[in-house]
Amino acid sequence: MPDLIATLLISLLKAVLVVLGLLTTFAYMTLIERRLLGRMQLRPGPNRVGPMGLLQPAADAIKSIFKEDLTVTLADKLVYTLAPIIAIGMALTAFGGIPAGPAGSLFGENPWVYNLDTGILALLALTSMGVYGIFLGGWASGSKYPMLGALRSSAQMISYELGMGLSILGLLMIVGTTSFHGLVAWQAQNGVMLLFQSLGFALFLISSFAEVNRTPFDLPEAEQEIVAGYLTEYSAIKWALFQMAEYVNMITASAVMATLFFGGWKGPQVLNALIPGISDWPLIWLILKIAFFLFLFIWVRATLPRLRYDQLMRFGWKLLLPLALANTVMTAAFLAFRGAGGLWFLGVLSLAGLLALLIMSDRVRVLWNQPTVRPPEDRDLVRAGGD
Amino acid sequence: MERGADPERRPTIEYANFVIMLLVALGIGIVAVLASALLGPKKGSRTKLMAYESGNDPERGGVGTGQRFPVHFYLVAMLFIIFDIETAFFYPLAVAYQKLIPFAFFEAITFVLLLLVGYVYVLKKKVLEWA
Repeated sequence: MPDLIATLLISLLKAVLVVLGLLTTFAYMTLIERRLLGRMQLRPGPNRVGPMGLLQPAADAIKSIFKEDLTVTLADKLVYTLAPIIAIGMALTAFGGIPAGPAGSLFGENPWVYNLDTGILALLALTSMGVYGIFLGGWASGSKYPMLGALRSSAQMISYELGMGLSILGLLMIVGTTSFHGLVAWQAQNGVMLLFQSLGFALFLISSFAEVNRTPFDLPEAEQEIVAGYLTEYSAIKWALFQMAEYVNMITASAVMATLFFGGWKGPQVLNALIPGISDWPLIWLILKIAFFLFLFIWVRATLPRLRYDQLMRFGWKLLLPLALANTVMTAAFLAFRGAGGLWFLGVLSLAGLLALLIMSDRVRVLWNQPTVRPPEDRDLVRAGGD
Repeated sequence: MERGADPERRPTIEYANFVIMLLVALGIGIVAVLASALLGPKKGSRTKLMAYESGNDPERGGVGTGQRFPVHFYLVAMLFIIFDIETAFFYPLAVAYQKLIPFAFFEAITFVLLLLVGYVYVLKKKVLEWA
């Protein structure tokens, strides 16, 4: 029994460490994002509070705690308070299952908090729960703009969650397990999954951009369109909690992409020839991969304009979903009738699929951008009887 | 595969770890909200606590605000439920796929085709057309 208690206490310690680590990363992510956006727009970004602006996150955090916490008269008090807690809770919990190194590499302990056999399913379930936070927050605000933003965001998030769930089916078929550890072990032996599932990866990447509400899919908080969406009536720490949830989701999405498609905490096996055991160095590789994806998130934010809502839904339902199914069927057919070619043949097939995605999304874009309101000359035609 | 990596692993413990993680994560949120409630100023006034309506006095209001919304959201949610169930059926099939070849392949194809019929029907009905 004392053994059990010790195990649980260690888990508790690890959970607290993960949470604090994520919160620190979130704080510095905001700074890095602002500085990087600044660099991309040829301006310095925050550089006054502390050296290189390093104390800016601390200043922001202190400010948001000491701000007045307003609750609109018409709001549902309980749900209004619970919503940000749900959002941050689910976001933080999702990260705990990511393995950050080989077993026992964290001072003799395992570098993960929990290791479920159904790791991916638990992750998808937690992302679904994240939708509750956003929708309940918008609904309980007792105001129209948050309600609209919440409706839009929940529709968007569930649509892309579908694409997310379907785009990893091919990967699951190849590996045959839903645990992150099995995936990492498989990739260490057979090469990174990106090679064999490039189409699946592209679909997963796009879906995760929509899942974490980042540009070009950040309609839920489209500040130029509907104020700030579900965030409109939130102030002080509750607003900060929602922001935190968004950034933590971003970090988790990066870690998941690194684990599923980029070999997880294992480094490139080729380097082992140069320095023996370099691919097993704990934490470094995972952090590098996460940092790469986080940079990608910021880069895309500085590059792409936001989609219109109908474009977004069309993209999700009419392109992402069928292509994810096609990817699944393609992988299934390959595994069932594989000829002489090894897995590399699947890689070629997948690349062809990726190319098809690029061409199709360009083709379909022309269709999408057709305005629904007819231009005047068209209306004249209709009046004259010809359509 | 991962059992070999850690032979002493007990599945129930992992679920306990999951619950611990969940509680710690929710706890952080609760602590933050409480800290802000204790430390922040409390000077609400009627105008300050009004809902934001671009400067107008909100006419109707309250939870849900009682307005009508496009049925599209409802349809999308229904479609999500259907396709999510499809995904839920697919996961076990995907995990056990390599052991069930080639039977599982035709099984999966049949299932996907049945769903595609529904999908095409939805497309033709223009449920997925917005605006």
